[in-house]
Amino acid sequence: MEFAELIKTAKVENVQLSCPGLPPIKGTLCITSHHLLLSSQPGGNGEPGTVELWLLIRNVDAVEKRVASSLGTITLKCKDLKVLQLEIPGMEECLNIASSTEALSSVDSVMMMYPFFYRPQSMKLKDGWQLYPLQHYYQQIASETGAWRLSCVNGDFTICSSYPPAVIVPAAVDDNVLKKAARFRQGGRFPVLSYYHKKNGTVMLRSSQPLIGPNRKRCQEDELLLSAVLDGGERGFVIDTRSAQAAKQARMMGGGTEPKSSYPRWKRLHRPLERGRPLQESFIKLVEACNDTSLSVDRWLSKLESSKWLAHVKGALSTACLAAQCMEREEACVLVHGAEGTDTTLLVTALAQVILDPDCRTLAGFQGLLEREWIEAGHPFHFRYAHSAYSHARLKQEAPIFLLFLDCVWQLGRQFPFSLQFSERLLLMLFEHTYASCYGTFLCNSEKERCLCEVKEKTHSLWSWLNQPSEWKKHLNPLYTYNALVIWPSVEPQSLQLWQGLFLRWIRSSQYLDEAWAEVQRLVTSHEDAPEESAGHTRCHSQPDAAYPLTITGTANEG
Amino acid sequence: MSHIPPPPCINSHFEQKAALGTLYLTATHVIFVENMSETRKETWILHSQISSIEKQATTATGCPLLIRCKNFQIIQLIIPQERDCHDVYISLIRLARPVKYEELYCFSFNPKLDKEEREKGWKLVGLSEEYNRMGVPNNYWQISDVNRDYQVCDSYPTEVYVPKSATAHIIVGSSKFRSRRRFPALSYYCKDNNASICRSSQPLSGFSARCLEDEQMLQAIRKANPGSNFIYVVDTRPKLNAMANRAAGKGYENEDNYSNIKFQFIGIENIHVMRSSLQKMLEVCELKSPSMNDFLWGLENSGWLKHIKAIMDAGIFIAKAVAEEGISVLVHCSDGWDRTAQVCSVASLLLDPFYRTMKGFMVLIEKDWVSFGHKFNHRYGNLDGDPKEISPVIDQFIECVWQLMEQFPCAFEFNERFLIHIQHHIYSCQFGNFLCNTQKERRELKIQERTYSLWAHLWKNRADYMNPLYREDHSQTQGTLRPQTAPCNFLYKFWSGMYTRFEKGMHPRQSVTDYLMAVKEETQQLEEELEVLEQRLADLKKVQSNNRKENSKQQDQNTHLGLSASNNSIANTPQDYINNVKSFPSRSPSQGDEEDSALILTQDNLKSSDPDLSANSDQESGVEDLSCRSPSGGGCLPSEDSGKDSDEAVFLTV
Repeated sequence: MEFAELIKTAKVENVQLSCPGLPPIKGTLCITSHHLLLSSQPGGNGEPGTVELWLLIRNVDAVEKRVASSLGTITLKCKDLKVLQLEIPGMEECLNIASSTEALSSVDSVMMMYPFFYRPQSMKLKDGWQLYPLQHYYQQIASETGAWRLSCVNGDFTICSSYPPAVIVPAAVDDNVLKKAARFRQGGRFPVLSYYHKKNGTVMLRSSQPLIGPNRKRCQEDELLLSAVLDGGERGFVIDTRSAQAAKQARMMGGGTEPKSSYPRWKRLHRPLERGRPLQESFIKLVEACNDTSLSVDRWLSKLESSKWLAHVKGALSTACLAAQCMEREEACVLVHGAEGTDTTLLVTALAQVILDPDCRTLAGFQGLLEREWIEAGHPFHFRYAHSAYSHARLKQEAPIFLLFLDCVWQLGRQFPFSLQFSERLLLMLFEHTYASCYGTFLCNSEKERCLCEVKEKTHSLWSWLNQPSEWKKHLNPLYTYNALVIWPSVEPQSLQLWQGLFLRWIRSSQYLDEAWAEVQRLVTSHEDAPEESAGHTRCHSQPDAAYPLTITGTANEG
Repeated sequence: MSHIPPPPCINSHFEQKAALGTLYLTATHVIFVENMSETRKETWILHSQISSIEKQATTATGCPLLIRCKNFQIIQLIIPQERDCHDVYISLIRLARPVKYEELYCFSFNPKLDKEEREKGWKLVGLSEEYNRMGVPNNYWQISDVNRDYQVCDSYPTEVYVPKSATAHIIVGSSKFRSRRRFPALSYYCKDNNASICRSSQPLSGFSARCLEDEQMLQAIRKANPGSNFIYVVDTRPKLNAMANRAAGKGYENEDNYSNIKFQFIGIENIHVMRSSLQKMLEVCELKSPSMNDFLWGLENSGWLKHIKAIMDAGIFIAKAVAEEGISVLVHCSDGWDRTAQVCSVASLLLDPFYRTMKGFMVLIEKDWVSFGHKFNHRYGNLDGDPKEISPVIDQFIECVWQLMEQFPCAFEFNERFLIHIQHHIYSCQFGNFLCNTQKERRELKIQERTYSLWAHLWKNRADYMNPLYREDHSQTQGTLRPQTAPCNFLYKFWSGMYTRFEKGMHPRQSVTDYLMAVKEETQQLEEELEVLEQRLADLKKVQSNNRKENSKQQDQNTHLGLSASNNSIANTPQDYINNVKSFPSRSPSQGDEEDSALILTQDNLKSSDPDLSANSDQESGVEDLSCRSPSGGGCLPSEDSGKDSDEAVFLTV
């Protein structure tokens, strides 16, 4: 086993652990293939033998060491933004622990990661992996219209390596057309259905950029595919998540965007959204500003501004609103894409659905949305979340697109405190699990890779953990009431706030805010427990969400 | 009533849709009534709320008039005829700048209360009860009559609390050595440890002057706290300002001359800096669809939050000295009526949970602001006066309270709406509480006999102002509040609920406060009902056991019937209540409004307790108004052929 080779010192006594806001703890530090453990020792301030730290090594983003004579200090900066300090007696031990942690945290092979080893007793493998199959989603659409079909053209991942085996496409278009259209789209990501808006039958599609290239190539099948979406005289909107100029420039590299001449019924709208490196840098700058506790109020505001994070939040929300507006108000179909169609594209399509569709705002519906629009849609989780904001490693493909999505959802929840069934806690949990998890849900970059690695056979699903009644309850919003309406957020700067619960989570104490939240819960619960009225009044409070019992039984049946 | 022939005009609130209507000017209000026949929405603006009127360049549609209000509302009127516009402008200029107190609204405002109720209203908040509550007079502190008839200091109240050992001679002597004769007097007394907060103006020390009585006065304050061997003297000004004052024969205490004092500067800027800071921040708020960077940059550049933090830091310092060190503090600035009032009241609020209740907060404003001569008339421009005297001093205090509420959501009995309404009425002049600059003036004007008290009005509607998270037995409502001091930069937030309160679309669309309040009330009601029923059940059982006779069954049923009949009144209550809750806007998002957005009316619109506020908000709460801030309202995607090649779309505002 190669892990053993990486562990140079497995155990050190008398290590002191400190993290901001808590008294330091002395104990025995152990390093295993996947965890750093610290159990308090007799004579320390903790109960002897209690495990005080149980840190997934994958969560470590950066290891900083400082050695002075016989005492070494290691600072562990975690991907979930928490910072821990270990004081280790003995220089050699300190250096060994540091280098082992570094080596173990940067193991890049998916199959060596913890989810492949994690075997909790209360859960069964294979549970939770088939909770939200695309077939179900398709059936909902099929019950409303015959205009769409489920195609297995990508069954063996040969047409598009980042798409799932099944996709929803216009019924009028056969698989041969899809195959040809795929060749005209970057990475083979031909336009597929992302969301069907039941209210008026409009749809949102997503794809990657068309490979127009410098010679202005055309592809009849791609044009056919897109025009098959539109009825008679209907028009649609293409929302390109790049600026008009960037889209034009992409032609030099073989890409581009739909020209009006070849797609006369599609109107292009450009909404440049940040992605890739600049977005990662924005994240890094914001975290730096949050950690710089010496700032004055003014400097803080200018650091917040210069990180541009909130501007990205505003941009993402406005673009999602635009897409939603096109469907809801203009009653037009929408195609969203940027370049690869795996990042900002998914950000926009997923957010627009939360805004438009009340089903996506339930806890089960949100899981389904993530499954459909992020995981199966081929968002490269493995690449994007290899490192977080502290890492000194050279950035390759990292970018916190999914975090930006979670932040936008948090903003929606703040503006519509009754409309999301889940609480901030769920969003925080998802953030942690995208970077380091004991579940396989966010492993790999695509369904194809997941198949190759047998993720669904050999790891547990985050959803089956989350859907256990006790966990489920913890992630609910006590104020939730089903709200059938579209939730249009304000995206004025005055209305957007820094997500303190995430970015300042380990920096400032949230005791008083937590108390307030507990109080909210107490009020709502005592209301629910209040004496039931004999006269048969219906309670004004939230009707139970149908998805909840369904999910639970679903899990149980499979088990 | 001056009544100007109503010119038809268009009222537009910035991005909001313009509405056609009729403008009326009355002696007290500007009233705009929309033509839309079903709604006839009305916007009422008190003249005293008008902060500036700007005539803008004439356009094709007419002459625009921009009215900015002191409660941060902005209204643009477009009047078709230039002449009408000019007339309106001239009238408003005059109406918004009254020269006599008698012209103010409170002298004509009549809430239809009789004399007795009016008097009762004024007695709701009493300062001598408050000092008694604090525990004075006692062995160390006494009430002094030295200022009866305002002989010593005309901006102080007649009843002043001073250390027992401070004789009239010392007080008068000290007052002569203090700017505007504002000698050190008690603001807050902590009966747990005898530490106190006293306030005064700056000493007239110049470069070398001394005053024996003043030194004795400070000594007396120290002695009134037997456990301590020094007092803090906190000068809330930046050191440079204080030093500059020395050249004018004023200045600050020399530690060498006063025995056992520790002197401390806390740099809060003066009223002029604050006025321009607010101005800058409001300019940022007025930007049309600013980018995130414009907004944050502008907010930083205004320095507003930095000033708020400075005031808060001073309050925290004093609260800490009193609560943790048990040391008394003397606070002053220049005249001791602006920064001193801010800092003393913030410190009191942190120290004493009573001030975090609704009643206590009223008392606090009466004590530290009204009675000690905060110049409401000058600062808030109630009468036409020197614009350089105007400054948002109490606004800053109110914001400090809000910032604390954000950090300690369970600590305050009242909610944000309470603060907003107080701010509104500080400028409205609808009630007499904040008239004039001093107690002396108010007594001369016989305010209490001729006007009504705001506190009674707020108290009557207190259900609207409750914080549902407040519980007397909650840990946050006990003892001293200790805000985080480091790191705390990010704890200070832009108060959108105040400064952009009329931009309804910017605020959370669903009000948690209102919902929780409703939930709380309903729970209470159901519990009370249960109690009644249980009581009756118990009674019945008693009856039953007493009447164990043959026909007991029959009887029992009869009684049961009796119960349900007699209980009708109770049974009806929840029914109505449930209806109430059902129609509670924040909880019934559907109701199929065409707007389709989950647009929920928040705050004031639900509350009709306040004619002015509700009139304003009714106007604001209309669904269509709100929409302009949300994409739903924009509704204007570019038409297919707009702009030839530029596919760049117009996604309105948002």
